[in-house]
Amino acid sequence: MNRNGPLALIFHCLFLGFLLAPILIVCAVAFTSQGYLSLPTEGLSLRWFRAIGDNPEFIRAFKDSLLLGAVSSTLAILVAVPAALAIARHQFFGREAIQALFLSPLMVPHIVLGIAFLRFFTMIGLGGTFAGLVLSHVIIILPFALRLILAASTGMDRAVENAAASLGASSWTCFRRVTLPLILPGVASGWVLAFINSFDEVTMTVFIASPETTTLPVRLFLYIQDNIDPLVAAVSAVLIFLTVAAMLVLDRVYGLERLLVGKGRD
Amino acid sequence: MAASTETHLSGTKASAAPPPRRPRRWPWVPYLLSAPGLALFAVLLLVPLVMTFLLSLNSFSFYGGIEDVWQLGNYTDIIADSYFHEVFLRTFRIAALVTLLCAVFGAPEAYILRRMKSPWRGLCLLIVLGPLLISVVSRTLGWALLFGSTGLVNQGLMALGLIATPIEFMYTETGVVIALTHVLVPFMVLSVWASLQRLDPQVENAALSLGAGPLTVMRRVVLPQIVPGILSGSIIVFALAASAFATPAIIGGRRLKVAATLAYDEFLNTLNWPLGATVAVLLLIANVVIIVGCNRLVERRYKQVFE
Repeated sequence: MNRNGPLALIFHCLFLGFLLAPILIVCAVAFTSQGYLSLPTEGLSLRWFRAIGDNPEFIRAFKDSLLLGAVSSTLAILVAVPAALAIARHQFFGREAIQALFLSPLMVPHIVLGIAFLRFFTMIGLGGTFAGLVLSHVIIILPFALRLILAASTGMDRAVENAAASLGASSWTCFRRVTLPLILPGVASGWVLAFINSFDEVTMTVFIASPETTTLPVRLFLYIQDNIDPLVAAVSAVLIFLTVAAMLVLDRVYGLERLLVGKGRD
Repeated sequence: MAASTETHLSGTKASAAPPPRRPRRWPWVPYLLSAPGLALFAVLLLVPLVMTFLLSLNSFSFYGGIEDVWQLGNYTDIIADSYFHEVFLRTFRIAALVTLLCAVFGAPEAYILRRMKSPWRGLCLLIVLGPLLISVVSRTLGWALLFGSTGLVNQGLMALGLIATPIEFMYTETGVVIALTHVLVPFMVLSVWASLQRLDPQVENAALSLGAGPLTVMRRVVLPQIVPGILSGSIIVFALAASAFATPAIIGGRRLKVAATLAYDEFLNTLNWPLGATVAVLLLIANVVIIVGCNRLVERRYKQVFE
């Protein structure tokens, strides 16, 4: 009984086909040799990939996205690690409320955050700046980092820490040499998940980004709203190739299921 | 509870040992540790959200711009105007349909995945979860290509003899629902997958050996155990579908508005910020009520399963 019947397998194949179809068609159209949107039936061509080089704004947006993801995930980790340690191992008044506050951005639609940040940043003079993008991204990716670090710190054995402390290690040494290495898998996966969420964010960023400082998804989105041509397909295809490569590495090193299901155990 | 007893015990042990360099277990330590995050969230989350609410109370005119008055005019405008009713109704209709489709297709898929043997299971899981990592703009672009320019979906359906004339997918609710289902169904698979981890396959075998048919096993053994997973997946999918922006904006175009694209237009095109803020506040309230309310309901109803 614990096997899939033929009907189940047909369903499964259709399901995978449904999931893959739009991704494959983007990659296929990117290879067209024609000047308009079409499947590459007349022969493959790399002309649209070369055309990306003539549009430096895509490359600049890509670099900005990478930098934004890296900076905001690192900041989110710096804030989330102490907070996770406080929540995971101390009983204190307001603990549940603080945890709920840190996870609350998950409940707020990104469109609402975009509107809120646009208004706020224009008022305090951060409108359209890279700093504004970083701060807003820290808020939305912190819950993802926090959840994984929280799982790692809850599951960790505290006897080792106590041993270090009783042997005379200061709290900083204890944290640096004992606690941090033990929760490092959770911290690393938290950083990766935060980076992915920052890199893919479009709804909120579209409000805060300026023509000078923008991210690749926002640039793509605004371009698609005006017209769809093989150039955006080529940019998307490059993005898909890079994501798949990163995904395979991630799956090898850490396990995609573990990252996404959120079982931050070692 | 166990953790707190342990810290208490270790605390007495530490005081018996030579005095540590820094006294431990001070009551303000957890507050100090979470202070950076608290400060950040107070300034960057609570203040902007409160300001958005205040903005929604202001009024707007095309000549005077935003006026600093406090009134509920925007809310009464939205309640009175049938155009806004239509947009909000459409938003919830799309979200409900997407949730239903995700549950109907995502839950069986998670079950099938669990019964697969490795290495197929790992590979298929990668294909199902992988799209979550690919930018939603790229995925929606794929649907725009399938529906519109190349028309592959219609060509395929006509070749199969399922339809006689092409169906209009671009700029229609059908198109938005299909594309959103594609974007959100991995969340449903993940949620059901997580609840399947707790299901022991031996229970199914036990039911079979006791003479239950496959359908009975499905209905009486498997389904009751994965319903919490389906419900919590539905909450996530519904909330994300109701506030989705990029997919409805690209597939729905400028005419087929949902709440999120309406707020975007009021903000960046019409420049009626107070009205845009009002739509955002309503969307936020609806979202929080649905998520918190449904979570309560699910947890109370399935308390024994969660514990």
